[in-house]
Amino acid sequence: MTTADVFKPFLMRIDKVTEETPDVRTLRLAFQDEREGRGFTFRTGQFGEYSVFGEGECTFCIASPPTRQGYIECTFRKAGRVTGALADLEAGETIGFRGPYGNVFPIDEWEKKSLLFIAGGIALPPMRSVIWNVLDLRDRYRDITIVYGARTVADLVYKSELAEWEKRPDVRLVATVDPGGQTPDWKGEIGFVPAVLDKLAPASRDTVAVVCGPPVMIKFTFPVLARLGFAPEKIFTTLENRMKCGVGKCGRCNVGKHFVCKDGPVFTFAQLQEMPQEY
Amino acid sequence: MQALRSKARELLATKTVQVIIGYASGGGGRARAVFVREAAKADALVFDDSCQQNLAVYFSKPEVRKLGKAALVATPAALRAILQLAAENQIAEGELLALAVGGDDVVPLATFAAIEAHVAARDGDWSAAEKEELQKYEAMGLEERRRFWEEQFSRCLKCYACRAACPLCYCTRCTVECNQPQWIPVPAHDLGNLEWNVMRAMHLAGRCVDCGDCGRACPVNIPLHLLNRRLIREVFTVFGSRSGRSAKGDNALSTFKPNDPEDFIQ
Amino acid sequence: MNSMEKDTRLIGREALAKLFAQWLGEGRRILAPKQSNDKVDFAEVETPGEVSLDPVQTGQSPKGALFPRVEELFSFPSRDGRVELRERDLAALKPTVVFGLRPCDAAALAALAAIFNWDSADALFSARLAALTTVGVACNRCDEYCFCTSLGGGPGATTGSDILLTDMGGGEYLAEVISEKGRQAIQGAGTLFQPALGKDKESRLARVEKAFDLDKVKPALEALFDDEAFWVEQSLRCLGCGACAYVCPTCACFDIQDENGRRLRCWDSCGFGLFTLHTSGHNPRPLQSQRWRQRLMHKFSYMPERQSVLGCVGCGRCSRACPVDMNILEHLRAVAEAKP
Repeated sequence: MTTADVFKPFLMRIDKVTEETPDVRTLRLAFQDEREGRGFTFRTGQFGEYSVFGEGECTFCIASPPTRQGYIECTFRKAGRVTGALADLEAGETIGFRGPYGNVFPIDEWEKKSLLFIAGGIALPPMRSVIWNVLDLRDRYRDITIVYGARTVADLVYKSELAEWEKRPDVRLVATVDPGGQTPDWKGEIGFVPAVLDKLAPASRDTVAVVCGPPVMIKFTFPVLARLGFAPEKIFTTLENRMKCGVGKCGRCNVGKHFVCKDGPVFTFAQLQEMPQEY
Repeated sequence: MQALRSKARELLATKTVQVIIGYASGGGGRARAVFVREAAKADALVFDDSCQQNLAVYFSKPEVRKLGKAALVATPAALRAILQLAAENQIAEGELLALAVGGDDVVPLATFAAIEAHVAARDGDWSAAEKEELQKYEAMGLEERRRFWEEQFSRCLKCYACRAACPLCYCTRCTVECNQPQWIPVPAHDLGNLEWNVMRAMHLAGRCVDCGDCGRACPVNIPLHLLNRRLIREVFTVFGSRSGRSAKGDNALSTFKPNDPEDFIQ
Repeated sequence: MNSMEKDTRLIGREALAKLFAQWLGEGRRILAPKQSNDKVDFAEVETPGEVSLDPVQTGQSPKGALFPRVEELFSFPSRDGRVELRERDLAALKPTVVFGLRPCDAAALAALAAIFNWDSADALFSARLAALTTVGVACNRCDEYCFCTSLGGGPGATTGSDILLTDMGGGEYLAEVISEKGRQAIQGAGTLFQPALGKDKESRLARVEKAFDLDKVKPALEALFDDEAFWVEQSLRCLGCGACAYVCPTCACFDIQDENGRRLRCWDSCGFGLFTLHTSGHNPRPLQSQRWRQRLMHKFSYMPERQSVLGCVGCGRCSRACPVDMNILEHLRAVAEAKP
């Protein structure tokens, strides 16, 4: 009898490290044990606990889409003990992964609808999984619009993918940086995400909005969406409360009676309106 | 007690202060902190031998600060805590009115100078029982002392009641919570407990005002104040200073002087 | 269990010593309230003589038998740069008898199990629980901090005990064998017991008065959630230490830490300011008043709703241990009687 339980991570090999910005990295991870990899499935929106053995675990969403099989990716900002250690790792090294945890973006329910993605800063990763997921199933959805903002041009993550989306005729990308954050050759918008969204004024009819970003961006974006006619149950976001276990036991992530790790991380604005302000 | 209540009523009625932080009767014969904001409720205040908590600890609590200017029912240890907090720039002149209590008397002390004078006039040595307790401990040999603390710390739960109860442990992020690097192991195992308790005592060396609330707060009855008392004696012997006597005191262990006789720092 | 005939017997102090010896012979360890320094807490014992049932309650709860304050989840020895995961050998966990726990502590096992196993099973907790037998001792005394009866428990309640003993005086205990585990614990020890001959424990039990109406608490808490002034007032003297959580028989918040090639789980508390702090510096519960609210909400609203069990058994330990005399019974009364 052994502890083959929820706390035992999969061993993952780092196959690729991408430096998104000076302090943001994307790791591509493959299962060290291929059999484990073949048995692994997840859906977009879910997250995991990533460990650097000896340093501990930290929580990020799976930033790659389930449509790309054979690997998962995570993107993180170097901020604390574990992310600092993760950022020092190179391709070929081993980390741990537990997951997938949490609920999902209901992309099946979004079929035949237009999709509006709004992301700020380091919150693009959870959105990137769902964006690629729907782009890989492009014919099931109508218009796809992505509004992405960062403080400065240097802070924009996934730059090559932004360029790819920019070029695609079936995607409308609006990238923006905060005033003062532009470079001389910046061709995108200059302004905060809510203001840029307001100006863009996307249609709300048959459209689902997905918003991920820092609390202040979310706070000012919801009213804009409401003005544009988005019903609260048509606006999705992910909550990022602090977690340790990821499986509803450690007592950390709850927002009222809701476990972000079990009932989330994906919530609609309608749900958030019913929940206490503990996020 | 009547003097205290009428003083409290007066201070609230004249709006000199917005809240009296004092003691009320609690459960099991204990006293507990009470925050009186209306003159009509001043009769809740008590002062007797059960009133031991150092109420100066509440000065750093945001919810208490928000109540407005406070008058603090202050035991001698609380007065020393106020002076030490002042010396560490945690409390400014005029921010707090101390109501020195002892016997039936209540003495309002509005300035640090007044508190300093009050403390100096009544400064005494440890009681015979306190001295005996410390002597018993100091009489232990090094090995015996190590075993003593190992046994004591083996019960530590790392609940940090000692830290929470201490008016001088006001950091918003304690060393034990800094993890880059991880100075102190988080778990309550032998090493984690030893390092935590030694660190706590060392960070209070030259700062501790000897209220004893660390030991009183401990849910597993570790006599933590013994460590502090030993360090108080050490600091006094080496530096000749006692914390909590002056609102402008240098801290023995965090003050650098170019003519320091030790050369490790140069 | 209700359908079975009630199995009640008598056992004397000397026979109890033989039963202890039998348990040790079977390879079990026995944890029981034991005096050490000036405290009585659960510790390993070998004879009933070492057991101290004098205090109304032990200082700490017996939850450490199921949820130790530090435990290894697995280890990860590194060889030649290759990480290898080594799991715990759950079969090596020693079968344990917790003797002398009060009915409130026995009731707490259900709350702990609900936290650890409500969604996915926690292997380590479950293995410890499977290897645990509880021999409770009913309360013939109580103090002002006890309020089990307000929460559906009682000084002679059998829930959670595999065997419940009641001190009948004269060195004699009434033994109620409650569960299959209890039957197994006295297998082959039939001669140690006498027939109960209609003896009744009721007259021996402490009188714990009902202190508030539990039915009012959950709706009142929910109505009060946004009443900031109420929570600030309720928690003004709370200093935010973890004493209440750590002596509590049902509190199970934990942290996960890596150390020396081992992943450890250790106690944590929702009362600590940094418990919910994000890396960004944002904190969803920055004030102690919010953390105190969380403590009550979790036990009396969230757990009943999500896990169908109360997160409190009325043992009163938190109130006895609190350095600033926060008394949970008073706070629950205030909640039940509040008019939001």
